[in-house]
Amino acid sequence: MSDTWKEKLYEPSDELIAVQNVNYEGQEPIIEGEELISINNVDLSYTGKTGPIKALENINFNIFPKEFICVLGPSGCGKSTLLKILAGFISPTAGSVKLDGEEIHGTDWHRGVVFQHPPLYEWFSVRTNVAFGPKMRGVPKEEYEPLVEEYLKKVNLTEFADKKIYELSGGMKQRVSIARALINDPEILLMDEPFGALDALTRESVQDLTRKIWWDTGKTIFFITHDVEEALLLASRIIVLSKHPGRVIEDIQVNFSRQIVEDLVTDIKFSPEFYKYREKLLRLINSQE
Amino acid sequence: MKKKWGIERYLTIVTILAVFGLWFGLTATGAFSETIIPSPASVWESFLDVAKDGYKGHTLLEHLGTSLERLVIAYLLVVVTAVPLGLLSGYNSKIRAILEPIVEFYRPLPPLAYYTILVLWMGIDESSKLALLYLAGFAPVYINCVSGVIRIKEDYINGAKTLGASKKQIFFYVIFPAALTDVFTGLRTALGVEYTTLVSAEMVAATAGMGWLVLDASNYLRSDVVFMGVIIMGITGVLLDRIIRFVEHKVVHWKGRT
Repeated sequence: MSDTWKEKLYEPSDELIAVQNVNYEGQEPIIEGEELISINNVDLSYTGKTGPIKALENINFNIFPKEFICVLGPSGCGKSTLLKILAGFISPTAGSVKLDGEEIHGTDWHRGVVFQHPPLYEWFSVRTNVAFGPKMRGVPKEEYEPLVEEYLKKVNLTEFADKKIYELSGGMKQRVSIARALINDPEILLMDEPFGALDALTRESVQDLTRKIWWDTGKTIFFITHDVEEALLLASRIIVLSKHPGRVIEDIQVNFSRQIVEDLVTDIKFSPEFYKYREKLLRLINSQE
Repeated sequence: MKKKWGIERYLTIVTILAVFGLWFGLTATGAFSETIIPSPASVWESFLDVAKDGYKGHTLLEHLGTSLERLVIAYLLVVVTAVPLGLLSGYNSKIRAILEPIVEFYRPLPPLAYYTILVLWMGIDESSKLALLYLAGFAPVYINCVSGVIRIKEDYINGAKTLGASKKQIFFYVIFPAALTDVFTGLRTALGVEYTTLVSAEMVAATAGMGWLVLDASNYLRSDVVFMGVIIMGITGVLLDRIIRFVEHKVVHWKGRT
């Protein structure tokens, strides 16, 4: 695989303080090349007690291959709703979402999902849970069995392959869930606040793992979080949604994740740049509350 | 599950012993006639007597066997029909719309109320008894299966969809196992309900069976036989429930651990 995408992802910027507002209208691609997913004028409203309530309004942006997008926003800004639309669990009230130029209808395995509370199947072992996707899709056993081992290794669960789900910790469950989604080799991995329920130490280790998998595989990731620090530590691009209704109010590229994984920068959290970005994003989000 | 001999187990044993002690004590005073409370000794004697020589043409084992046969046949019919219909009803709202009103209507009825109708339709022999037991057991299994499917978290199904499972695969690999805990709750309830209905079923034109034995003995004020029959039915009921629980524990090994 050519690694040129990694260079293209980030243009070194001297002006890290002035967070650039990269266009989110989708007119100019952020990275050269075809977009993977295009979200065009998406609205979503649902019927509340006092009439229709708008959850998302005029969402427009493109997702490019190999991006790691984190969507930030105050609670109730509809960020999970946006993920559900991308996954195909719900359809937008207006507008369209296209994957490779084709409008998406319903769910399919090209868009893998990692849920906040991993819905692993307790009646299967860890190994069978990971094998679920290829097995259902009719991939021959001799083909997917080595894949299962490979992905178990990727998430450091080889020794736990034959454990029951209830024997795993929260972090391990989320790792199984990631392996289970990745083994299908989806075009995009959608992650819905996956680490929100984990303790701080576990969260850090699964964040590291997720970042490494993204960097090593070049998978496109769309990640919902309410944690500014998490977004800065993982994303190559951060999109901020406003509250009620959710609209894109910020769309920036960041390179802390790359610095951690490529330049092996430790303690990036304590760098002045990181601090400035964090303050800026926090202020933006808090101004929505 | 580890067997733990905690204080609770001793309390249980003491309670059982206390009931027996009370029974011995009360009958030893002679304050009650043998018809009101037969002594443990006479109940034991009637047990040996019925076990050896039988009661009205059938040995105790035959009576018990007849009852259990009815129970098991009706129960198996419930398992093979109510479980799939209940699960399908949970999965498909149209099937539920057809079946649920019927079940909801007859479920609260006392079995004896519709037993007379069953006898009119099916005759007085075995088939009406089996039908009664079947209907009694069907409702709890069906209802638990429906709610078992409805309670499944949406993410379980959504997750399977995003992994590439078809509707049929979702049913067999996700819905069915996920609903199993509730299926077993229904199966245990059904066994209890069928067991209690058994006596009603054997009240009409039966010539053997534990329910019939108890009713017949009571007609002749044979309290010792009645007590003996009731105790044996009680023990059998507990054993049957234990069997189901054992199977449940083996099948739904994740129950209570998630």
